[in-house]
Amino acid sequence: MSLVSLDSISLRLGGRQVLDHVSLTLEPGEIVTIVGPNGSGKSTLLKVIIGALHPESGRINRQKGLKIGYVPQKLHIDPTLPLTVRRFLSLPNRVSDEAAHAALDDAGAGHLCNHQMTDLSGGQFQRVLLARALLTEPELLILDEATQGLDQPGSADFYAQVEALRRDKGCAVLMVSHELHVVMAASDRVVCLNGHVCCHGAPEHVASAPEYRALFGTGTHGALALYRHDHNHDHCDLDHDHEAHHGQQVHMHDHSHDRTHGDSQDHPHDHGETA
Amino acid sequence: MNLLDDFLVRAILAGLGVVLAAAPLGCFVVWRRMAYFGDATAHAAILGVALALSFNVSIFAGVLALALIMALTVSNLSGRGFAMDTLLGVTAHSSLAFGLVAVSFVPGVRVDLMAYLFGDILAVSKGDLAVIWTGAALVLALLYWRWSALLTTTLNPDLAIASGLSPKREQMVLSVALALVVAVAIKVVGTLLIAAMLLIPAASARSFARTPERMALIATGIGALSVLGGIEAAFAFDTPTGPTIVCIAALIFALANLARLLRPQTR
Ligand SMILES: Nc1ncnc2c1ncn2[C@@H]1O[C@H](COP(=O)(O)OP(=O)(O)O)[C@@H](O)[C@H]1O
Ligand SMILES: [Mg+2]
Repeated sequence: MSLVSLDSISLRLGGRQVLDHVSLTLEPGEIVTIVGPNGSGKSTLLKVIIGALHPESGRINRQKGLKIGYVPQKLHIDPTLPLTVRRFLSLPNRVSDEAAHAALDDAGAGHLCNHQMTDLSGGQFQRVLLARALLTEPELLILDEATQGLDQPGSADFYAQVEALRRDKGCAVLMVSHELHVVMAASDRVVCLNGHVCCHGAPEHVASAPEYRALFGTGTHGALALYRHDHNHDHCDLDHDHEAHHGQQVHMHDHSHDRTHGDSQDHPHDHGETA
Repeated sequence: MNLLDDFLVRAILAGLGVVLAAAPLGCFVVWRRMAYFGDATAHAAILGVALALSFNVSIFAGVLALALIMALTVSNLSGRGFAMDTLLGVTAHSSLAFGLVAVSFVPGVRVDLMAYLFGDILAVSKGDLAVIWTGAALVLALLYWRWSALLTTTLNPDLAIASGLSPKREQMVLSVALALVVAVAIKVVGTLLIAAMLLIPAASARSFARTPERMALIATGIGALSVLGGIEAAFAFDTPTGPTIVCIAALIFALANLARLLRPQTR
């Protein structure tokens, strides 16, 4: 049985259609990555999945009693709230000192145990968030740009940890990431989101999808776009039309593509059905 | 029981009872930036007084009912696109004004108004004491029971939801606790200064605490010190007791921050 299944979820926020008929299922033990430009609704989708936001239409099913570990994209801690790293790990459920220390060591943050959360650097903070998410032994780990601010080894360690967690505990992982090279190597499935699901499937399929390249690729060399890091965050529709006609053997949905940055912006072309 | 015959002992016990509930709750008021929320709830109490006097029910019941209504209304309005500080400011002050006007309609109350605005801790009866300590015990039990959930929600509502908690329910818990504190504190410090007893001890404790639990404990200590010092000072200088207690708390706050400024490294 799927851990979570979304069926045609739509959600407007502040007058904008942020999610548009998004469907997605998560199976136990798989690693799924959501990619998409800024403002494409990735964080919003994750919040719908944890239940913090409720879709206006569509259905969401979560496995009963599903244990979720969540790393939010932003976590502001009010400076009036004194909170050590150790105390943070025990929220809301108390964890033993051994477990806490082990988790911090695994996250490369063992020395931070008695620091105040507000004193941590961005990368340190992120490591602690990860440690906490892993401590709950979740069945589904939800990571919203969890490696932001981590240095290269920290990021590599982190993905190794996620992989190990999946291997040892069978934990499913749903993450948002901009590190495309890692994403493509580490994910079972990739979902390219831009309000609606542009395309999804195995990483190599998505990477060669015209929709994906329209969002991320700068040229026609699909494979290159995987490894180059200059993906375009501002959905540039310019060569989309051109690309769309060359799409081959890709897992794709038929849908209209005319939703990007706000209702204010016009997208004249409708690249729905691709050849 | 002999001891309770002494009005001074009763005053001290009443003050300590209020502090026991107000200080830990006050920490949440500080962490969640709900200062105005405390104000609005406390100020609604004067309307409760007026209603209780008109309908001849106990002041405690009237105040509790009004504070509860106010707390729940305000927490329901939050997050619906209202500018919270403005909304709360409006509610806080208009409920006070309406309360004062309403009280003026009740015959024979004019004299007592000061007691409800600023408290009358020296006139606490044994019955009041029982109400205060029962209310305080309820608030403490509520906070103890929900502590971890409250803290997680305060930290980040999404994180709480992902852990299976309901921020809405925790907000409700806080609203109920706040209404209870207002109801038990009105006799001790009065409606105008209840928010002070919530905020000042908690704010003073911040610079000495490394964990939330520590902060709540230290705040309780500071609150207790303010009560003892305030009652003592009110006697020595023949000043109104409720405001004097708040003055002592404010002095401790100033000293605590001075200490922090002089030792910027410690947290
Ligand atoms: N609470 C909100 N109110 C109004 N608009 C929102 C809210 N949250 C997000 N949005 C808008 O929804 C869009 C998607 O946001 P988000 O899901 O955070 O994007 P991403 O994580 O993909 O960068 C953005 O345009 C953002 O401005
Ligand atoms: Mg995001």
